[in-house]
Amino acid sequence: MTHTVSVTVNGVRHTHDVAPRMLLIHFLRDLVGATGPHTGCETSVCGSCTVLLDGMAVKSCALFAVQADGREVTTVEGLATNGKLHPIQEAFWNEHAVQCGFCTPGMLMSVKQLLDRNPNPTESDIRHGIEGNLCRCTGYQHIVNAVKSAAALQGATR
Amino acid sequence: MSTISVPSTKTEKLVGKRVRRKEDPRLLTGTATYVEDLKLPDLHHAAIVRSPHGAARINRIDTSAAKALPGVVAVFTGADVRDIGGVPCGVTLPGLKVPKHHVLAQNRVYYVGHAVAVVVATDRYIARDAADLIEVDYDPTPAVTDPEKAMAESSPVVHPDFGSNIAFVYEQAGGDVDTAFAEADVVVKQRITSQRLIPTALETRGVVAQWHKGERHITLWSSTQIPHLMRSLVAGMLGIAENDLRVITPEVGGGFGSKLNVYAEEALIAWVAMNIGKPVKWIESRRENYMCTIHGRGHVDYYELAAKRDGTITGMRVKLIQDLGAYHQLLTPLIPVLSVLMLPGLYRFRNVKAELVGVFTNAVPTDAYRGAGRPEATHAIERIVDMLAAELKMDPLELRLKNFIKNEEFPFSTATGLLYDSGNYSAPVFKAAEIVGYKKLREEQKAARAEGRLMGIGVSTYGEVCAMGPSAAMPAGGWESATVRVEPSGKVTVLTGTSPHGQGEETTFAQIVADELGVSLDDVRIVHGDTAVVQYGIGTFGSRNTAVGGAALYEALQEVKAKLTRFGAMMLQTDDVLYENGCCHSPSNGKQVTLQQISGQAYLATKLPPQTEPGISVTKFWEPPNFTFPFGAHICVTEVDRDTGHIDIKRYVCVDDCGKLINPLLVAGQVHGGVAQGLGQALWEQAVYDDSGQLITGELTDYAVPKATMMPWIESEHTETPSPVNPLGVKGVGEAGTIGCSPAMVNSVVDALSPLGVKHIDMPLTSEKIWKLIHAGVN
Repeated sequence: MTHTVSVTVNGVRHTHDVAPRMLLIHFLRDLVGATGPHTGCETSVCGSCTVLLDGMAVKSCALFAVQADGREVTTVEGLATNGKLHPIQEAFWNEHAVQCGFCTPGMLMSVKQLLDRNPNPTESDIRHGIEGNLCRCTGYQHIVNAVKSAAALQGATR
Repeated sequence: MSTISVPSTKTEKLVGKRVRRKEDPRLLTGTATYVEDLKLPDLHHAAIVRSPHGAARINRIDTSAAKALPGVVAVFTGADVRDIGGVPCGVTLPGLKVPKHHVLAQNRVYYVGHAVAVVVATDRYIARDAADLIEVDYDPTPAVTDPEKAMAESSPVVHPDFGSNIAFVYEQAGGDVDTAFAEADVVVKQRITSQRLIPTALETRGVVAQWHKGERHITLWSSTQIPHLMRSLVAGMLGIAENDLRVITPEVGGGFGSKLNVYAEEALIAWVAMNIGKPVKWIESRRENYMCTIHGRGHVDYYELAAKRDGTITGMRVKLIQDLGAYHQLLTPLIPVLSVLMLPGLYRFRNVKAELVGVFTNAVPTDAYRGAGRPEATHAIERIVDMLAAELKMDPLELRLKNFIKNEEFPFSTATGLLYDSGNYSAPVFKAAEIVGYKKLREEQKAARAEGRLMGIGVSTYGEVCAMGPSAAMPAGGWESATVRVEPSGKVTVLTGTSPHGQGEETTFAQIVADELGVSLDDVRIVHGDTAVVQYGIGTFGSRNTAVGGAALYEALQEVKAKLTRFGAMMLQTDDVLYENGCCHSPSNGKQVTLQQISGQAYLATKLPPQTEPGISVTKFWEPPNFTFPFGAHICVTEVDRDTGHIDIKRYVCVDDCGKLINPLLVAGQVHGGVAQGLGQALWEQAVYDDSGQLITGELTDYAVPKATMMPWIESEHTETPSPVNPLGVKGVGEAGTIGCSPAMVNSVVDALSPLGVKHIDMPLTSEKIWKLIHAGVN
């Protein structure tokens, strides 16, 4: 038994027949070909699989593909435009907010949501905003710096 | 703090600058290739059936239902793979008992997660379904997971053939400990544990294997820290020639020691791929990662410290009990030996006696996790020194300063046989004390205590053994390799035998190349992690990448420069030439040729300098003469809430001395991440097995990896004492934060609770534990 699911991923519509139990992360990785969202825990704790679903950060390992039917998904591959890094990516680069990089795509999507909702977050806002994304490498400090820097960069271009 | 972008000038020196990383664009855009991202034609998927019991006999395995499931290609059990060589232990110790570690369990299982069968299917969902259809008839037997209980006569025996759970006893002594204790004014004693931890690299392990039938050659992609060692060892397990196996390490999502290993799955999946003639992928689930990738720590230790009334430490007597788990992985028995080597810490005392007992338990093996033996020792040393300070009513900083090895005593030979390379141990202490305002804080603490508030100031002054290491002291070579190739266009390619996985050597190594050859960072490509491309190397662990791999690179660059200079002299028709800033120039005739002109000539080779071969490519295998010994001081200020037991970290200051800094931005990243893992152990993390061998903390839902909201702001500074061991003067920083952190944290909380009579608390310092201490009184 399969369902036909149609999801717009980074602006491109993808239609596939999928089993009802197929996870959204596997739809994105195996059928759409995305390599940004990562599977880190399959229990919605680590946040490496975070993508935006209609603009809201969700953990794609804890959603079925059928739940995304007819909706829009943005993965990290959709952040940069025409080869130019998004200010959040640029800030993560400048501030050395990336080490092994495995959590990074999910972290960036949570930060995207955070700054969309709150363009000038305090340190506490930032820490709470990325609480659902684990990073084992950085101790989060450079990520906090990067989010502050991204907020400033975005403020300057807004 | 600003960050400089990639410069275009060739004269600006980059070593020592905060250069942003070359590897980041692919990581930031989701275009990096981790093992799970690999796609191959006709790729099959493997799932592994694992023991739900801590100890059991296997009576029967029924694979018929799994084999009947459409899409299932093959199922293999222990009987099928009996001839694959055992999972290797690279350590030799006198009398060490080494159980045969088959890639799939034979007739018994020894821990929860022990691999029993492997299923291969056309789809990952079908593979997991089929794994669930395999029926294993187990006969559970008593298990033991507490290493002290496992030492008792009455304990269940993990490997019955051995007759007991003691895998080895290692003793080391220096000086005259018995006299030191007999003549001591004060002796402090404490049982100190370092609990089992789960490394939790965000990327779990994963393996893809492809058998190239025509070439009779296997390619194995693995998320590992040691591609070359893996090639040698997996080839041995499979009984194939080493050069019939190619190991490729794609992007690796963290390791922290957990990928400094060769696991059953690497040989198993390669064997399966050969057997079915299809490429096979196995990606570890998080649950598997927690059950069957190595754990860290697992110590129960008994420390005794002897001292004179004036605070002079005279001797240390220690019994260490290491929970080994059910098997030895690659370095399992070696890790606590590193603890023994570390025992004198930064202190001058010469009398040390240690007995180390390695104990089998029905749990996943322990092995290297960030710091690997050194955090265990440092935590205990810095705790017992604090206990001595409390006993003598001395300031803990003053006691440490009194006992430090003095600057003029380096190189200093320790009671455990190490030769400390260089040090200025008081410098980071003074700097950290100044940053945190130590004297003023002690005044504030008095006032706080008068108000009944529980304020603590914790200090640790740590040392570590890094840049692993001289080959004579290592199980499998301690050198490292580098090839520097100037291409005909003048671009520079470096092949490093290290295998960086987040540390940023594609940048730091490029900085070194840029400075030495006068090229821009963009002109340099650092290649690693492919045994078919890169000359043999040892890999990345033990804070060795820059201190050993970087030194090999530096030495290769010197030979490259010498060769460039010979070509330059020929081209400028004078012996009076210098290679500087990307050019050979002659001070006497004022002429110059660029690196690009020289490299072009070196490959055209229409004319060559005397006794000089065409091309520019130099490979160096660099053997370090010694370890390096970084050090530092961490100070942690806390306040404990009486009502909840919550620990509020007010300040966290660390001053680390890792020798010369190549890239301070990346060093800060290493320190922050290290502190996070140290705090994780100190406050929250703990792998818990119950008495029957069930792993209670079997998922990320049950294991407290620090989140952003849990971390304090880390004030990180440095002192710079160059190491004389390598030409770069670097010491290594990968593990420093972790090693320095947990004792500072625990000392701070013990200090906070000391008015209640608390003298020691074992980690993790959960709020529940602290609340109970506050409300139950003295421990």
